[in-house]
Amino acid sequence: MTDIKAQMEAVSISDGSRAPGAARPKSQGKRGRDKPLTWLYVTTLVLGIAIWWLGALLGNNVLAPTPPQVVESFIEGFSDGSLLMNTWASVQRVLIGFVLGVAVAIPAGFLMGWYRWARGLLEPWVQFFRTVPPLALIPLVIVFLGIGEPAKIFVIFLAAFLSSVLATFQGVRNVDVTLINAARVLGAGDGTIFVKVVIPASLPFIFVGTRVALGAAWATVVASELIAAAFGLGRMMQSASQFLDTPRIVVGIIMIGLLGFVMDRLLLLLERKLTGWQETR
Amino acid sequence: MNSMISVRGVSKHYETARGLVRSLENVSLEVEQGEFITLVGPSGCGKSTMLNLMAGLLEPTSGEVLVDGKVVTGPGPDRGVIFQQYALFPWLTALQNVEFGLRLQHMKKTERRELAQHYLDLVGLGEFAHALPKELSGGMKQRCAIARAYAVQPSTLLMDEPFGALDALTRVNMQENLLETWQQERRTAVFITHDVDEAVFLATRVVVMSPRPGRISEIIDVPLAYPRTEEMRLSPEFAELRARVWRGVHHHAEEDAA
Repeated sequence: MTDIKAQMEAVSISDGSRAPGAARPKSQGKRGRDKPLTWLYVTTLVLGIAIWWLGALLGNNVLAPTPPQVVESFIEGFSDGSLLMNTWASVQRVLIGFVLGVAVAIPAGFLMGWYRWARGLLEPWVQFFRTVPPLALIPLVIVFLGIGEPAKIFVIFLAAFLSSVLATFQGVRNVDVTLINAARVLGAGDGTIFVKVVIPASLPFIFVGTRVALGAAWATVVASELIAAAFGLGRMMQSASQFLDTPRIVVGIIMIGLLGFVMDRLLLLLERKLTGWQETR
Repeated sequence: MNSMISVRGVSKHYETARGLVRSLENVSLEVEQGEFITLVGPSGCGKSTMLNLMAGLLEPTSGEVLVDGKVVTGPGPDRGVIFQQYALFPWLTALQNVEFGLRLQHMKKTERRELAQHYLDLVGLGEFAHALPKELSGGMKQRCAIARAYAVQPSTLLMDEPFGALDALTRVNMQENLLETWQQERRTAVFITHDVDEAVFLATRVVVMSPRPGRISEIIDVPLAYPRTEEMRLSPEFAELRARVWRGVHHHAEEDAA
């Protein structure tokens, strides 16, 4: 959606007919273009389910779950409370790991962007661990943290941290030098410049990092629950797999997708609220 | 002896991969209090370097720059700078942008607000106090930046091609607007441009610079009275002055190409 807006802006800028100094027509024709897109979303959803259903019926495989079976499994999971319990266990892990990861990553990224020494000390480690998927650390983490909650949360924390620390760092590095100079000539010292210019100017980058971190946290939670977990969506899917209960696996997939989507939208709303001053929007 | 800005034997050299660049070579210039100086010259003549030295954003390789009798060692609120790229803080409203410098001086909120509003009114942006920069046109943004620079009461205004990114019509309006503001609250002004017309229209003196090494090649007095009007632009004196500045810039540019 943002792409389309950006394109439209580009068109309105290159349109030489507009009077000099006049505010550019911002969201002209936006409604007209958004509406068909909504219908396309609905269409593709219906079409996707239809193809899935057809495939399951024609595939001649008793294990292929059909949409009604999945709905049934959903109802069953809700009524016996197991689905909510598993979902809550996963959401909790994701939230704790994600919040801790981002909370450590943002100050670390600021340090790296602002102080050369911090960059020198931290960047090699960040770059190294970035290339190692956090899941590859699970065997080692188990040795030190056991198989309980701390091990799972640590892995999620690491995934979230690594995704957002570099974004914050980049954000600080990308702060427009003219803005810093503008503050400096108005009498601002380093501390003021950091608080009043660098932090707000890097917010858009931080949000990008935060959203990537959320995705990484969800990607990691399922695998982390493969280590002896009593509850969790990953755990639920794994045991369903052992019982060849494929509808239940699909229920897990849908839940993860939906929760990830909703949380991402919430972040997006927050982002719009805090960085709505950006020119490109 | 009433110099607001003294540039004394200043050189600025850069070490680059292709060797030493002499951005400024032994340049001296005295700017009197309340003067409006324009710096013109082809790119690479060191005019931006000169302005940044006055602003304290650069340090000279040799020589010294004095503003109001004090050697410049860094930027300060006594010298307001207006950048070509506006450099408004995009997350602050027009009013908050103007207040930024006043806040740093720990001015009380009501006083601060009043002063900021005064300067927004002065540049004709009073009604847009609560607009974000993204909602302002290029000309309005630059007017806001001028108000922001004025608000901290600098003794000197340093402007680096402030109207360079604007279209011709807006540009002319901005020049008149700037002179109006300047006449109401007179500050020593140094203004960089590559537009000969603009240079003559604004200035009490036009300083022509030439490149390799960057130096002052000519200083041309503009004996036209303020307020400057559109008719003046079409007058023979103006044409004569413009021709002189043009020859000054062009001559050296040609010499450089040869």
